[in-house]
Amino acid sequence: MSGAVTAHDDHHDHGPPKGWQRWLYSTNHKDIGTMYLFFSLFMLFFGGAMAMYIRAELFMPGVQLASPNFYNNMVTDHALVMVFGMVMPAAAGMANWMIPMMIGAPDMALPRLNNLSFWLLPAAALMLVLSIVAPYIFPNGGTPVNTGWTLLPPLSKQVGIGMDFTIFAIHLLGVSSILASINIVTTILNMRAPGMTLMKMPLFVWSWFFTGLLLIAVMPVLAGAVTMLLFDRHFGTSFFDAAGGGDPILFQHLFWFFGHPEVYVLLLPSIGVLGLVIPTFSRKPLFGYKSLVWGMAFLAALGMVVWAHHQYTIGMSLAATNYFMIGTILISIPVGLMLLNFIFTMWRGSMTFETPMLFGIAIILMFSFAGVTGVMLAVVPADMQYHDTMFVVAHFHYALIPGAVFGLYAGVFYWLPKWTGHMYDERLGKIFFWWTTISFNITFFPQHFLGLAGMPRRIVDYSVQYTDFNMISSIGGFLFGLSHLLFLYIIIKTIRGGEKAPAKPWEGAQIGTAGLEWTLPSPPPFHSFTEAPVVR
Amino acid sequence: MTQATQTDKGAYFIPEPSHWPITAVSGMFLLFLGLILAINKMDLAGSLILVTGFALLAHLLQGWFGAVIDENLSGKYNGQVDRSFRQGMFWFIASEAAFFVTFFGCLYYLRNITLPWLGGEGHLADSHLLWQNFQYNWPLLNLPDSSNAKYAPAKEAMAPWGIPFLNTIILLSSGVTLTWAHWGLKKGNNPQLVRGLVITICLGVLFFCLQAYEYWHAHTEMDLTLNAGVYGSTFYMLTGFHGLHVTIGTIMLTVICARSIKRHFTEHNHFAFEAVAWYWHFVDVVWIALFIFVYWL
Amino acid sequence: MLERRTACLAATLLAVVGCLGAAVAHADYEYNLTPPASTITQEIFDLHMLTTTIATIIMVIVTAMIIYALYAFRHSQGAIPDQDFHNNWFGRWAWVLVPVIVLGIDLSIASSASSTLSSVESHDKADVTVKVTGSQWKWTYEYLDDGIKVVSNLKKLEPTDPLYLRDVDNPLVLPTGKRVRFLLTSSDVLHNWGGAEVVPKKISIPGYINETWTNITKEGVYRGQCYENCGAGHAFMPAVISAVSPDKFEQWRAQQKSQAAQAAAEASSDKVWGKDELVAKGQEVYTKNCMACHQANGKGLPGVFPALSGSKIADGPVAGHLERVIHGKPGTAMAAWGPQLNDLEIAAVVTFERNSWDNHTGDAVQPKDVKAAR
Ligand code: HEA
Ligand code: HEA
Ligand code: CUA
Ligand SMILES: [Cu+2]
Repeated sequence: MSGAVTAHDDHHDHGPPKGWQRWLYSTNHKDIGTMYLFFSLFMLFFGGAMAMYIRAELFMPGVQLASPNFYNNMVTDHALVMVFGMVMPAAAGMANWMIPMMIGAPDMALPRLNNLSFWLLPAAALMLVLSIVAPYIFPNGGTPVNTGWTLLPPLSKQVGIGMDFTIFAIHLLGVSSILASINIVTTILNMRAPGMTLMKMPLFVWSWFFTGLLLIAVMPVLAGAVTMLLFDRHFGTSFFDAAGGGDPILFQHLFWFFGHPEVYVLLLPSIGVLGLVIPTFSRKPLFGYKSLVWGMAFLAALGMVVWAHHQYTIGMSLAATNYFMIGTILISIPVGLMLLNFIFTMWRGSMTFETPMLFGIAIILMFSFAGVTGVMLAVVPADMQYHDTMFVVAHFHYALIPGAVFGLYAGVFYWLPKWTGHMYDERLGKIFFWWTTISFNITFFPQHFLGLAGMPRRIVDYSVQYTDFNMISSIGGFLFGLSHLLFLYIIIKTIRGGEKAPAKPWEGAQIGTAGLEWTLPSPPPFHSFTEAPVVR
Repeated sequence: MTQATQTDKGAYFIPEPSHWPITAVSGMFLLFLGLILAINKMDLAGSLILVTGFALLAHLLQGWFGAVIDENLSGKYNGQVDRSFRQGMFWFIASEAAFFVTFFGCLYYLRNITLPWLGGEGHLADSHLLWQNFQYNWPLLNLPDSSNAKYAPAKEAMAPWGIPFLNTIILLSSGVTLTWAHWGLKKGNNPQLVRGLVITICLGVLFFCLQAYEYWHAHTEMDLTLNAGVYGSTFYMLTGFHGLHVTIGTIMLTVICARSIKRHFTEHNHFAFEAVAWYWHFVDVVWIALFIFVYWL
Repeated sequence: MLERRTACLAATLLAVVGCLGAAVAHADYEYNLTPPASTITQEIFDLHMLTTTIATIIMVIVTAMIIYALYAFRHSQGAIPDQDFHNNWFGRWAWVLVPVIVLGIDLSIASSASSTLSSVESHDKADVTVKVTGSQWKWTYEYLDDGIKVVSNLKKLEPTDPLYLRDVDNPLVLPTGKRVRFLLTSSDVLHNWGGAEVVPKKISIPGYINETWTNITKEGVYRGQCYENCGAGHAFMPAVISAVSPDKFEQWRAQQKSQAAQAAAEASSDKVWGKDELVAKGQEVYTKNCMACHQANGKGLPGVFPALSGSKIADGPVAGHLERVIHGKPGTAMAAWGPQLNDLEIAAVVTFERNSWDNHTGDAVQPKDVKAAR
């Protein structure tokens, strides 16, 4: 490709290339980060729209809007879109934007690979959309993907062509996040500026280091699992069919061996963001930096070996069940350490309450709550009552939305000035915070009661006794949904203009961390560090 | 700025905007789309799209790697870039390992947990009520549900000490010859390098042919097919994906060989060679595991 | 100023959430786990209350700490950050203290949990053994000791009815004060059977037998549902258990036995049946077993469940029809009914299908034809 080489020689300007090529061919970590972030914003609305449908359908008893299969199809893709299309890309976008700037690198280690990992996502999204429409556009397309995001056989063997699209969508997503993780881990290990020792790295960088390792370890397992599913569906293998000596539960083991580490993949980047936000607005160094790093390592390791807590009702041996129960409960140690470290960071600090900080505080509280319900679920005999009820749904939305999504919101508000060069509208930011936080609790708190009363999940229709709480939850859901329109407005407004942001918009930023992101102007130049800065 | 970094030594090379990634994406997407259609009784459209995607990917690999090679030859890469490539390759192989571990894990689970249950041993033994006349043994030559038309058990098990053992020897020695080639490279002895690579490639091809013969024999004589219950399933899943990797490895070795003939590599700058070598050794190791757990035990 | 207001707001919000947390533990049953009515679920319920209380206490502590911090350490109140708080003794030892405390709580939870677990998983000998088979979308209960079989289908009610989606045509009848052992399996996909009041749920896996047990203490009707997504009808397969006193149970058992015997006799008798008898019988069988998918009007659900009305099979040659009903269609929701229905029932339902809706073949399939086709 001598073309590429000559391209350099007549290319001296420092600015970005013009036009659509800038984005499609980009090798710039900021541009790719921006694309990641916009993609995930779009996916938030896509997955959210499905959630709105779910809540509308569950507003009252009776099947109002569409068929049961369509409902479960929406549940499936709501989950896949939110997890793989929204949270992970958003976190990856922040990693792309911030990690090179924090560790003083010129760019990501492998810029072209970086571009590849991003553009795989829209392809995967297209596959997912196809999986939804396939049953209707193909001759005898069969049943829609009504399995839930766990894609459990044998049900997933009854599904039509839609399942094949889902399987390959997952393959694309998998390749994307594996490549992204390889890139990020390599960047962290190899691209640090002189003097930026590992133990000086901002917590966010550490959080992504472990996230990357987790993804490299477990994404291939999911890929393998869906591949076996594909073979069972089309090539006569019998991995998940007792008639041939297989076992449907095997798929559950594989899925959750991926699935549980995955939830920490969603959590850790937000913990990383908190590790910057809390100290900044407490004007005080992060409490227990070392223990946080080791805590994350411990969490990642332990998270790999407790997967079967999603399958307590499958009838494992007593010993195995006990092992998985105790292992799962022990996870409260590292996570508890993290959250308490954040509280101790606020302790004896001098706090102001800008939007990121508000989110930070809300996260500590509401994620602790998700955590303790998690520990309740971890207790096997009790889980035999909670399992597959709305209680679980409540637990994991408390974990996923405060634990992951709010962390991303905090990050967005924390870094918007750096990204756009403008301050966001603090008043609107605060309104957004209160609106989301309150409507979120209205949406998901009542689901605990529904679950305890025995309402199963993944049901399109329920009996009258569950009506009241479902109505409350749905109304809350719509409010929560609408609040995101404000979110969108704030972002657009900030990009369009507003008060100029200084290089270091937050008084307390950089206290007790060597992070270099604030040494650059806001917005930073197209190429971050032309020659490596030195940290001492 | 990219210009600047290239001229002053030690600065990190940031490639220009490139159309290869997006080409890769389109290629993969078409490949998968074609596959999906093909396996859902839309053979014609399917295979057409599939071939297009495949062609695109082939073109892409040639182009993208070509670009990297040129950049490397024109001395744009400094030591740090080289390290990035090495670490990238390392983590890639790590993820590959995880992929194979999955299938070995399944093999373990099916052999030591699932089948004993169905055979009426251990925990959940009541399952035997459903398969009264099922005797558990491995390799699995009688299926729990003998009446099920979808599956037909294999007549006999794969014997480890025939072709499989031969293949083990072949792959191991290919590892040796590759290392020998590497020594040649380190000594700057190009003929040894090329000779070593050629032998390694031949061994790789030989392995492939033997494996192909083994499959044919398994299908025709032994009724060992994908439909032969979990024995067939695991056997083909593991050996199949390994075979795929051997094929890719052989192709990469061929490219490396061509490049060494063109004297692309120097004692100090030959990451591409080492990357492929690592990959090949990884494939070796996987085979050892295969031989022990799939064929032998 | 603004800071202050925000802080207060934050505090109140935290308080609210905290209290709601507490509500779970101490409000009446409507907010809590359904009240237990068996030895085992009672044990589990106590465990649940323990963990809930611990959870609530933890939440109260965390909330209190945060509220205090928000109150005491505000910039707007001129708080000065203590820049080396993390270097004092606490800062140096927190990483040991916190884990040790948490570990303590964890172990106390785990210990009482695993003792309860052992009794949930205990396999002592039972007085009654019931095989529970889930299929799309109904439950089949077989009393293994005395060949009684109960097929339990959703009772169709209006969405306004208090029992909407929670009632079945014939429930599982069990004696109180006896240890009942359940063997769970499935005929097609994963289902999950249980009822919070009396039986902790277990998953039912096609090709495997899972096990759980109960010992019901109070007479009454207890309602659970299918707790594993099993496709279109997942919301529509309730599990209803009616617990009666042992002697009532004995009566019921005797009566069921005689009925079963009768039916068996009928089925095996080589009497030649008239078309109308068969259609009448077949209608019952159809409503019980087939209607969930193929619908009352025989039109099925387009794209999901094939129509029988005017279908190639139900309107075509008898042999093909019997073959499909007896052996089902692998890889789809169409089950093999051979093992589940006796010759007469199959003959009847086939006859019904061949003479209903747009199908007017007019033939009356006989039990012996079915026996031959098996
Ligand atoms: C971000 C995502 C996320 C996170 C972080 C977690 C965190 C945890 N989860 Fe959750 N979980 C999900 C997402 C997440 N989960 C999802 C998506 C599902 C459903 C999947 C599906 O079925 O579709 C699920 C389901 C799920 C189940 C299965 C329920 C069922 O299906 O029956 C269980 C059971 O053990 C569980 C447990 C836990 C535990 C123990 C933690 C722990 O990590 C929590 C640790 C945190 C704390 C404990 C709080 C802080 C600690 C302190 C304040 C110290 C003091 C505390 C104690 C001493 C208890 N989760
Ligand atoms: C990060 C992951 C994530 C996120 C962010 C969410 C967000 C939401 N989820 Fe999701 N959910 C999951 C992950 C997530 N979920 C998973 C893994 C499952 C399990 C799936 C399974 O069982 O297989 C699940 C399942 C699930 C269920 C259970 C379905 C069932 O089991 O029957 C419900 C029901 O209430 C629900 C609701 C919501 C709601 C109301 C939101 C809201 O937060 C969404 C709010 C966002 C928006 C709404 C933005 C869009 C805004 C607009 C479109 C503007 C217009 C607005 C209006 C018209 C009001 N989710
Ligand atoms: Cu059966 Cu859900
Ligand atoms: Cu989990």
